[in-house]
Amino acid sequence: MKTWLSRFGLVIALLCIGTALSIVKPVFLTFPNLLNVVRQISINGILAVGVTYVLLTGGVDLSLGSVVALSGVVAAGFAHPGDWPVIVPVAAGVLVGAACGGINGLVVTKGRVAPFIVTLGMMTAARGVALVVSGGKPVSNLGESFRWIGSGAVPVIVFLAVSCVSWVVLSNLRLGRHLYAVGGNENAARASGINVEGVKLFAYTICGALAGLGGVVLAARITTGQPNAGVGYELDAIAAVVIGGTSLSGGVGGVGGTILGALLMGVINNGLDLLNVSSYYQAIVKGIIIVGAVWLNQRKEKS
Amino acid sequence: MRPARKSNRRTRPGHPKLHSGEIPGLAGGWNSIAAGLCCVKRLRVLQVLDVSKSFPGIRALDRVRLDVSDGTVHALVGENGAGKSTLMKIVAGLIRPDEGELLFKGQRFRPRNPHDALKAGIAMIPQELMPFRELTVAENIFVGHEPILRLGWLDKKKMQREAARLLGQVGVAIPPTARMKDLTVAQMQVVEIAKALAHNADLLIMDEPTSAISEREVETLFSIIGDLKRRGVSVIYVSHRLDEIFRISDAVTVLRDGQHVATRPITDIDRNTLITLMVGRDIEETAGPSATATGEVALELRGLTKRGKFTGVDLTLRQGEIVGLAGLMGAGRTELAEVIFGLVRSDGGEVRVHGRAVKIESPGDAIAHGIGMVTEDRHKFGLVPVMSVKHNITLADLPGWWINRRAENAMADEQLRAYSIKVRDRNQIAGTLSGGNQQKVVLAKTLLPRPSILILDEPTRGIDIGSKAEMHAFVRKLAREGMAVLLISSELPELLCLSTRLLVMRQGRISAELDPRSVTQETVLRHAMPKER
Repeated sequence: MKTWLSRFGLVIALLCIGTALSIVKPVFLTFPNLLNVVRQISINGILAVGVTYVLLTGGVDLSLGSVVALSGVVAAGFAHPGDWPVIVPVAAGVLVGAACGGINGLVVTKGRVAPFIVTLGMMTAARGVALVVSGGKPVSNLGESFRWIGSGAVPVIVFLAVSCVSWVVLSNLRLGRHLYAVGGNENAARASGINVEGVKLFAYTICGALAGLGGVVLAARITTGQPNAGVGYELDAIAAVVIGGTSLSGGVGGVGGTILGALLMGVINNGLDLLNVSSYYQAIVKGIIIVGAVWLNQRKEKS
Repeated sequence: MRPARKSNRRTRPGHPKLHSGEIPGLAGGWNSIAAGLCCVKRLRVLQVLDVSKSFPGIRALDRVRLDVSDGTVHALVGENGAGKSTLMKIVAGLIRPDEGELLFKGQRFRPRNPHDALKAGIAMIPQELMPFRELTVAENIFVGHEPILRLGWLDKKKMQREAARLLGQVGVAIPPTARMKDLTVAQMQVVEIAKALAHNADLLIMDEPTSAISEREVETLFSIIGDLKRRGVSVIYVSHRLDEIFRISDAVTVLRDGQHVATRPITDIDRNTLITLMVGRDIEETAGPSATATGEVALELRGLTKRGKFTGVDLTLRQGEIVGLAGLMGAGRTELAEVIFGLVRSDGGEVRVHGRAVKIESPGDAIAHGIGMVTEDRHKFGLVPVMSVKHNITLADLPGWWINRRAENAMADEQLRAYSIKVRDRNQIAGTLSGGNQQKVVLAKTLLPRPSILILDEPTRGIDIGSKAEMHAFVRKLAREGMAVLLISSELPELLCLSTRLLVMRQGRISAELDPRSVTQETVLRHAMPKER
């Protein structure tokens, strides 16, 4: 009930901002501009959907940005023209991401180290690996079929597909229900026979795999594997999730909210661009929106 | 900035020592009565006047009275759930009473928090000590009222000097610079006592202080208590150990079901009378134990051991049987249940389910072997409070990897009906239900996978009388249908009226097997009380 209410609030906020923007800047409501908005949010959206899994279990993943860079570099390495069919670089990028996430999950569950620390370590280490594999230089000269992944509406389609699958997983699969239970009360979940470690491992692995996919899409879009790409992406992704009403303490939220959160961030960015607000000020606005949205959510839950 | 407090005891301003029979702040009628009492007895440091306190669903205290005389040790006894803790929490300012009044040193006393109580001179040493483990002994003693120099600098020298002096008063040599985490439990207790002295406490509440310390340390503690008495400090001593109570206390008050039963000078009472007063009540429930069932053996424990918790437990549980497990807190009953259910690993021994030795390493294993458990702590292990009632009920038994919503709704509705759980609808958030309904949700969840063995740990704690009766009816019905039930309860009447067999645990071992139809509560309690040290 509460989550529906908060999602409803987000929809209203989106409509209000959209209406205001289309009055002030009619260009906002044109198809090319709207496509641009969803194109811009698609990578953040993919990462945000991934980290939703982890946040639902009550964990956190700070390594997304570095994993994006690492998987982008690895995928690009397989994507030179005439090297491999396009499925190979894509799979390589996703698998590298899944491996990073899997390591996070193993250390969190078996090593019992706090997720914040584990993924902070991975954030540094994965960046280092990306620099090592690429020799610190961008990996360019990518094949056309690979670059196609980042062109036109393809990133948007990937984002939508990821969202749909995740929505089904979280709302219709037993596994999804177990994710909510683990985040809602880990002890009760264990006492109900749920394999808490397995569920957490799954969440971190999926989150890493989707970060890997995000890295592939990004590399295809900027047509290079950049070892320095993706800095700060994890925070944008987490911001979209919490704006969407997922609780940082776990157990409450979902993909629907995350999509709306990412969309809201994208629309505001786009609006500020159209209004010629400098990127310096945009950062300030973004900060206020993140805190404001969560504050409003919490107020609603209390009342 | 606060000036460092002088430590001249018992002559603080605003708290004149009362020598006449008059107690300020009392109405005339009371005054004359009080004056009359004071002529024959000592002054009261604490008077609890008709204090009541209700929690959702239960009346924890019902017009309770308690008089503690100056410079005496007053024991407070009662079964688990009698209201001792609630009363002590009220006196120590942790919770506020609904009705009634406290008089401390003759003045109306309404602590809003533990700090208020401490400032007034009431210190509580809880059963589970919660020291600042990383801080030093001196820092722990002065936490919250540290001596400071100008600009807020800590006066560490003074702190250590004062800490050493206070510890000297208690007569125990603990270096003030030691880290709290390096001390034994007994030493931590002494530091707590020194902390109380630092606040010039006139009344010290000790809740089961000997439950976690060795015999020699108990002797030290008792000599400290004797010393405190001579200084004029009063002690409220909460304990299950009757021998200790007879040794050190001057008077004893018995609580039962939230009501004051008796207060006697310790010289006017003997051990058996005290036990009778503690148990007291008749068994209200009319229905006696169900007929002795002789089904197949469902669960068998052989020499099950968990170091530090329980040792060599043998137990046989048959289908259709309700085996009651009595014992005091800390006897190892909950720990035993947690090991059987796989929440905690055992250190040795064997568990056999339906004749086959099984290895249970997680609750998932236990559920797969047909064991269900309703845990003692509903909030910790029972409920996912942010999820809906429906999702909670089906949590342990979602068939298949894909959730069939229609089937899930049907399962949830059936359980809601079967256990008459009152909800707005099945999507209501579980955390918003009343305690009794939450407990029924947990029971419904536990029973959905159709276990053949059911462990109930304090299934009626903290729920209202109506839900309690329903819970009892469910348990009987389940047993009639062949369920093997292991029932842990701290309420003897509940155990006696439900169980077909009764086991008593004492200090990690099964101390007796009794027939609930012929046994008295006194006998059960005698087997449950720790042996003389």
